Amino acid sequence: MELLIFYPLAGFCVVMALGVIVSSSPINSAISLIAMMLGLAGVFVLQQAHFLAILQVIVYAGAIMVLFMFVIMLLNLKSAEEDTWSIRPQNTYVSVLTGFLALGALYKIACVIGQAELNSPAAVPDDFGTVVRIGTTLFTDFVLPFEVASILLLAAMVGAVVLAKNKID
Amino acid sequence: MFVDFLITLVKILFILGVTVGFFAPVLTWVERKQSAIMQDRIGANRADILGFTAFGLFHIIADALKMFTKEDFIPRGANKVLHTLSPIVALIPALITFAVIPFGGIYTLFGKEVNLVISDLDVGLLFIFAVASIATYGYVIAGWSSNNNWSLLGSIRVAAQMISYEVTMGLTIIGVLMVYGTMRLTEIGAIQEDFWMWGIFLQPLGFFLFFAASIAENKRIPFDAPEAESELVAGYFTEYSGLKFGMFFMAEFVEMVTIGAIVTLLFFGGWHLPFVTMDGILSMFDFLGETGSNIVALLIHVGVFFAKVSFFIFFQMIVRWTLPRFRYDQIMKLGWKILLPLSLANILITGAVILALE
Repeated sequence: MELLIFYPLAGFCVVMALGVIVSSSPINSAISLIAMMLGLAGVFVLQQAHFLAILQVIVYAGAIMVLFMFVIMLLNLKSAEEDTWSIRPQNTYVSVLTGFLALGALYKIACVIGQAELNSPAAVPDDFGTVVRIGTTLFTDFVLPFEVASILLLAAMVGAVVLAKNKID
Repeated sequence: MFVDFLITLVKILFILGVTVGFFAPVLTWVERKQSAIMQDRIGANRADILGFTAFGLFHIIADALKMFTKEDFIPRGANKVLHTLSPIVALIPALITFAVIPFGGIYTLFGKEVNLVISDLDVGLLFIFAVASIATYGYVIAGWSSNNNWSLLGSIRVAAQMISYEVTMGLTIIGVLMVYGTMRLTEIGAIQEDFWMWGIFLQPLGFFLFFAASIAENKRIPFDAPEAESELVAGYFTEYSGLKFGMFFMAEFVEMVTIGAIVTLLFFGGWHLPFVTMDGILSMFDFLGETGSNIVALLIHVGVFFAKVSFFIFFQMIVRWTLPRFRYDQIMKLGWKILLPLSLANILITGAVILALE
């Protein structure tokens, strides 16, 4: 039953992820990315991680991507059809290098998953993925990383404001 | 297993029937009639069948026929796929919010517990918020894909407005969450069985902020700058006709129902009558047996819930025919300089009071 939902969802994610890099217009890429993130949220739900799924939708698919699309739309006011990505030759080396790095990372992940025992669903506690559980974990065991990440985000926000203000003045 | 599936199916059909089948069409009539009464006109009485006008109720049928038969027009240079997709993206979030909204409590019918919510999510409150943020795409893409400057301006306004007011909405939801200590909407509803625990008493400021922000999210007057007829033709749906326009139209009305339902649930006791508990109803109708008294309770609760929802829909319409449209910069100023600080202050005060009471 679970696989019956998982494979279409995962397939959808992969197709949409391919759409992000294959499609020629930036707006199509952005929409593929949104669809991919929504699909990913579906996969999270399948893993009983409802909270994570909702956050995925609110933060990534919702807030960040709306702003992102906003920017793309404003930059491409002229025409939807003509604007296309183009591959510059000087970018090729970087692309190949990044590709290899990504492959390496994937290989590492595959190794870790291969070693893990996959057929042990009983290990999941009852309150897994609930708001209370994640909140408690975040504010007890991981309070330092959490606070550091918050300060980092705050710094980024202040930085953005300063940069934007300089341009306006 | 099969019975559970059947019960869920009935609940889904009920919700669809109530929102799309009843509220959305009837509201088009109510809005016309109400505006006519408030502006001292005789309105909505032209459509008739053999001379009968039925208070203008036939306008619903006329509207539907008109939308079905109009040409489905896609402007030249428009992105066909996105142009078709966006009304769907706008309508669906309005509908699926109802998946987590309980319209009644838990009843024992024929020895089986029936929970009147389609999906009792642990993160129900956030789910509403997440779905609302997806709806933005429908409107933004609609304006962009139409290849029309008025539409694009409208969709830029939609994006800016919805992002701004989403912040206020999210922060007011935090106040509610702090008071009730749960995001499960069925639990929030159940707590409000006690009249003095209604959200309006615990979060009075939260209610006004939430209501204002949700009207802005729905882009209704006074926040309808994205579709301002006097400046932008019709804003983001200028280039839409026929059923696609109908979908935007319906999305707005369904969203009004959704807003009414959320406000009822979070701030006005959900399906509970003041000072009437579930046990009270059950013992009053004890003579009908367990299932009988539960059915009575169910009918009362669902009736009360939708009566409250209707009131808040009515309220949104009164606002519409009372206030003029805000200017665009006024909307932004209200969102960022007034509502946002107020919602932050609301969280602060709520936290302080909770801390003091402990």
